[in-house]
Amino acid sequence: MPLPKRIGIRGIAIVLSLIVSAIVIFAITKYNPIVVYEVMFEGAFGTKTRCWSTIKETLMLTCIAVGLSPAFKMRFWNIGAEGQILVGGIVTAGCMIYLKNLPTPLLFLVMFVTSALAGAVWALFPAIFKAKWNTNETLFTLMMNYVAIQLTSFFVSKWENPFGSNTVGIINQNGREGWFPSIFGQQYLLNVFIVLILTVFMFIYLKYTIHGYEISVVGESENTARYAGINVKKVIIRTMLLSGAICGMAGFIAVSGASHTISTSTAGGRGFTAIIVAWLAKFNSFTMILISLLLAFLESGAGEIASKCKLNDYASEMVIGIILFFILGSEFFVNYRLIFRKKAAKEEK
Amino acid sequence: MQSLITLFQAAVFFGTVIMFGCIGEIITEKSGNLNLGVPGIMYLGGIASLAGVFIYEGKVENPNPIVCVVIALICSFVASALGGLIYAFLTITLRANQNVTGLTLTIFGSGVANFFGGSLNTLAGRFEQISVPVTSAAFRAVIPGLSGLGAIGKIFFSYGFMVYFAIIVAILTHYFMNHTRRGLNLRAVGESPATADAAGINVIRNKYIAICLGAGVSGFGGVYYVMDYIKGTWANDGSIEKLGWLAVALVIFTTWKSKNTIWGAYLFGILYWMYLYIPGQTRSSQEIFKMLPYLVTLIVLIIVSLKNSKEKQPPASLGQAYFREER
Repeated sequence: MPLPKRIGIRGIAIVLSLIVSAIVIFAITKYNPIVVYEVMFEGAFGTKTRCWSTIKETLMLTCIAVGLSPAFKMRFWNIGAEGQILVGGIVTAGCMIYLKNLPTPLLFLVMFVTSALAGAVWALFPAIFKAKWNTNETLFTLMMNYVAIQLTSFFVSKWENPFGSNTVGIINQNGREGWFPSIFGQQYLLNVFIVLILTVFMFIYLKYTIHGYEISVVGESENTARYAGINVKKVIIRTMLLSGAICGMAGFIAVSGASHTISTSTAGGRGFTAIIVAWLAKFNSFTMILISLLLAFLESGAGEIASKCKLNDYASEMVIGIILFFILGSEFFVNYRLIFRKKAAKEEK
Repeated sequence: MQSLITLFQAAVFFGTVIMFGCIGEIITEKSGNLNLGVPGIMYLGGIASLAGVFIYEGKVENPNPIVCVVIALICSFVASALGGLIYAFLTITLRANQNVTGLTLTIFGSGVANFFGGSLNTLAGRFEQISVPVTSAAFRAVIPGLSGLGAIGKIFFSYGFMVYFAIIVAILTHYFMNHTRRGLNLRAVGESPATADAAGINVIRNKYIAICLGAGVSGFGGVYYVMDYIKGTWANDGSIEKLGWLAVALVIFTTWKSKNTIWGAYLFGILYWMYLYIPGQTRSSQEIFKMLPYLVTLIVLIIVSLKNSKEKQPPASLGQAYFREER
């Protein structure tokens, strides 16, 4: 199917979903839908701060989706990004608290390496069991999420500040040890760089390296891979180590580069949303940025509507759900051509 | 002794929520579709019942408890079955990926439920904390007399009717899957859709019905949570989502057999609440104990895959879409 048509079908799907969402929003708030989308745009890009917070959110999602893409391309259903982000975040917060006297570059190196390691270890367990005994990875990684969430609660109550608040609070608020430095006066510019590097790296890794090729063969058919002499077990474990490491780094960025604290909502469901991002982008890391941007826009936009109408901001999840349903459904029309029976009979004649 | 009884009671309350979710998911998975939207469906079921009853109780002077219960159950069943229908349409007819569609359903369901749960009052023009006292009382009513029978009364008869309903549903599902032609057909569809198709079973229809029915049953978990567990209010704390994922985990724990949910769900409940009964703990070490249900599921998952026995495997075509024209 030619590219313009593919883009056209997806465009129609998005427009349709926006119309449906507008009807829903209108039914609830009685606001003119066009005004609603104006308000949404205002909420996402209205001021410089809002712009940056939308960008920050986009990058966060992209980073996780980039991390997940090799696993999914291999058809390894890693739905454990949530947990991998959290363990990366815990380790980062731990470094910020206990190692704040280290020189800054060394501290960053330690945080970077340990968070990636933590994420990789979290992904390693399901990978080993999948490779050796074909244990169902979807459910394994799902359970690892909850183990990670409890682990986070454990550390939150261990590090709580002030005592009794059951939150960690902003870590190193005074000295800003372990915070991402501002570049050119921009607080989140470093996040942009890191995520862009990862994105480019993943694009090349999946498309132009032997590893990437092996991943796609294993994903298409494990038997073919085995006949071709690819060590499937090794590929599964190696790919999951990489996937987990990048998700762990996402936790590092979330803690050190954005929130400067750790809580069970540090991952906040992004691990699940990113799966959809990676899948819809067909593992093309640049398309992931676009889809993440759409989702981040919807989230901050719907948040704005909610606060304007004194409704709660879960409206955004509802709208995101509707839009994703439409995009998922539109894939069918990209992959298949509809021929109705009457028309088919005519063509045969 | 007394504390053991309270632990068991807490486990039953907790277990009933995930039992419904789990039975629904077993029905769905037996048709060969892995629906990761269970948390979303439970959310939809919970909020639909709450909204329906909220409107009814607000409009009528003296709400009739039986009507309340009927409204709650019907609203929940319809809403969750609709959620299932979206999933079924996308995965069966439009052949979208099952995992991704399921996750989207979870996002959608939790969005809808938390949105309406948080704004129902504002929308209805009332400002008090949302509550449906009559319905909640009806759901929590116990059989008078029997519940006063000391320890036995407490262990067996101190619950609302949904607890017994869940057990009945589990038994009925077991009977349906193993002793009726329709149930066997459904299992054939889940094991090998191409074979079932060749044998003259309508694969598409079986899948649609199983998914919608399964979603409807899962939704009752949401109703029980909202009406009984948190006493007819709403909390935006994401606990239904957590419980929904536990329900998915329970499906593995029970090795796809609905009769096992009867004890499996309560066991999960005991594991979940056990931390309260282990002395000498700090607040942080309690959090470690709360990992138990998840760790136990992991261990079961691993053991099942190590043993590799035929009786305890997931349906063979689980997660794979079926297209008649494709091979």
